[in-house]
Amino acid sequence: MIRYRVAVHVVPRRGLLDPQGKAVADALHTLGFSGVAAVHVGRHLVLEIDAADETTAREQTSLMCEKLLANPVTEDFEIATVSRT
Amino acid sequence: MKFGIVTFPGSNGDYDAYRGVIEALGEEAVYLWHKDHDLQSVDVVILPGGFSYGDYLRAGAIARFSPIMTEVRAHAERGAPILAICNGFQVACEAGLLPGALLRNNSLKFVCAPVSLRVENSATMFTSGYDAKEIVTLPIAHGDGRYSADDETLKRLEGEGQVVFRYAPDAIQAEEAYNPNGSMNDIAGIVSAQGNVLGMMPHPERAVDPLLGPADGLPLFESILHRVAA
Repeated sequence: MIRYRVAVHVVPRRGLLDPQGKAVADALHTLGFSGVAAVHVGRHLVLEIDAADETTAREQTSLMCEKLLANPVTEDFEIATVSRT
Repeated sequence: MKFGIVTFPGSNGDYDAYRGVIEALGEEAVYLWHKDHDLQSVDVVILPGGFSYGDYLRAGAIARFSPIMTEVRAHAERGAPILAICNGFQVACEAGLLPGALLRNNSLKFVCAPVSLRVENSATMFTSGYDAKEIVTLPIAHGDGRYSADDETLKRLEGEGQVVFRYAPDAIQAEEAYNPNGSMNDIAGIVSAQGNVLGMMPHPERAVDPLLGPADGLPLFESILHRVAA
């Protein structure tokens, strides 16, 4: 078994109203960052997983996202990085 | 009739539900601890409001794994009544007992206020005590109450009469501001396809005593009583 550090991004599904993202975008505009077209606020999770190889670690993480870490009705997830600890 | 009120760590509406059943309705109520596997032969399960597991990850996301939820799910599959209020509604959606999800209010604010609702379906086991299209006032208290579902689900809910309560304008709440959280189709409460699980963001158990304002929540409990006793 190898220990992997897996980083996951969970973000609101595109097209769904994201009031939190909009509020942050508005605040950035107020600060003068007029180039900000949109902000999406989600969650960044870091998991430490013991797995035989990287593929297994990725598969396990996808399964965890589908079952718990992301809401399949409203959120999308992506595995950002997988590295050995 | 016996009501069972599930207490999760972080539930805060459990006592209100307990008191409502005992004092306003005059029926029996027991608390069901989330770690138990025994529904104590209750006729009706209430998933109360609150912040189960601190709303960690998402509201209701962790509570659905509580041991008692295995029995709650079996209760639902038997066609027995489940009333899921506020955080209970969020738990029921996460657990797949009801379709859709409840997201952050579009205002980003926690809203604690009485709201007007239209009873869209008065033929359910939870609403037979209301008139068709009756306007009632119930309190809400939530930060994550924006009901969301995909188009297909919404169409099915509307077509099958599963939308039970809808936020509605009245004399006080202006036409453009009556929806307190941005819910799709102004949805405040829905029933399952089988009709025995009601999820709603407003709190009927906090509107059962005329001393504290309109007791518009009482007919909901009386409806369940009539149906189950029948």
